[in-house]
Amino acid sequence: MAAGSTYTPITTTTLGSAQSSVTFSSFSGYTDLVIVCANLKNAVQQTPFMQFNSDTGTNYSSTWIAGNGSSASSSKLSNSSSGILIGDYNIGMSSTIPSTAIIQIQNYSNTTTYKSTLGRYNLTTTEVYAIAGLWRSTSAITSIALNAGGSSNWSSGATFTLYGILAA
Amino acid sequence: MAIRFASASRIGNKLPRTSNFWDGSAVVVNSSYESIATVTVGSGGSSTITFSSIPSTYKHLQIRAISRDSRALTLNSLAMRINGDSGANYSYHTILADGSSITADGGGNSSNTDYMISTGSSALANTFAVSVWDILDYSSSTKNKTIRMLGGTDLNGSGRLNFTSAGWFNTNAITSLTFFGSGSASFVQYTHFALYGIKG
Repeated sequence: MAAGSTYTPITTTTLGSAQSSVTFSSFSGYTDLVIVCANLKNAVQQTPFMQFNSDTGTNYSSTWIAGNGSSASSSKLSNSSSGILIGDYNIGMSSTIPSTAIIQIQNYSNTTTYKSTLGRYNLTTTEVYAIAGLWRSTSAITSIALNAGGSSNWSSGATFTLYGILAA
Repeated sequence: MAIRFASASRIGNKLPRTSNFWDGSAVVVNSSYESIATVTVGSGGSSTITFSSIPSTYKHLQIRAISRDSRALTLNSLAMRINGDSGANYSYHTILADGSSITADGGGNSSNTDYMISTGSSALANTFAVSVWDILDYSSSTKNKTIRMLGGTDLNGSGRLNFTSAGWFNTNAITSLTFFGSGSASFVQYTHFALYGIKG
C-alpha cells in the first residue's frame, strides 16, 4: 500500500519579459525538489548558475560530462561563488532552438549534510550535459536562484517549474 | 550489523492526489506517482537497505537516494540485488566521468548491479552521493528486467558522474530490492533511500 500521491507542482514562472534571475522561495514540506526549466535562451552567451539561500560565498562546485555529437568531455569547477552549473555557455547561441534543464535537489531541507544535486541540460542541436553539484552548507535550502549569468538575462517565454516530492 | 528493512505493507494511504508532473523523462500524471516506502539510516549504520513486499500495482519503480558508507575510500560502489537473487544473473554498462576524463565499462554474469556510487569515509565530510534509479515494467512475469540509473557527487575538487544501465535476467515480478556497498561497508547515518511507484 502506497503512502500516497506526490510529485506535486509547487509553482511555475513564465517570463513575460527578459530578466536576469528567477527565484523560488516557498517550498517547505517536501523531501526532494525537482526544477524543470524549458524554453531557455539567454540574451547573450553566458554560463547559467544556481545559488541557494542568497549565498555568494565560494561554497559551490560542479562536475560535469558533456557530449556534442562527435566528442565527449568532462570538467569541473571548484570553490565557485557563482553557484552550481545549470548549463553551458552556449545556452544563448541559438535564437530558434531553446535549451532545457532538469535539476534534482534531494533531501534539501536537512540540516546535517552538504547539499548535492544532479542536473541534466540539453541544447538539442548542439549538446547534452549531466552535472553533479555541491553546496557546502548544512543549512536547509530555503531559496533557490536560477541566474542567467554575467550580464545576461533569461529571455521572455522561458518557463521554470518547481516540483516537490514527499517520501513516505 | 543492523539491517534496515522497509515493508510497503506497513505504509498507510495518507496523501491526496493532485495534478500533473514531469519525472525528467516523460510527462505523467501526478496522481500516478506514489511514495511507497522510505529508509533513513540511524546512528548505528546499516549494512543493507531492503524494500520488501513491493506491491505489483504500478508500472514502474523509482528509487531516489543519498548515500554515504563506511568504507575507507572517497567513492564506493553502490550495488543492488533483486528478490534476494545472488546468482550470476545481472549485467551492467556505464559511462563515467570524473571532471577530467571519461571512461566506459560493463560486465555480465554478475551477482549484482554495479556502477552507482556512495561517498566513502575518505570523502569530503558531510557529502553524500545522489542517485536516481528507474526500474521499468518491474511486475512483468514475462520479461527480463531493465534498470537505468543516474548518479553522482561533487567533492569540491573531484567528482563523479555515472550513466548506468543494468539487466536482471529473470522474468519473475520484482517484489524486493536490496542495496549495499562493496567491501562489507555500512551505510552511515542520514543515508536515505525512498521508493516510489509510477502507474501506467
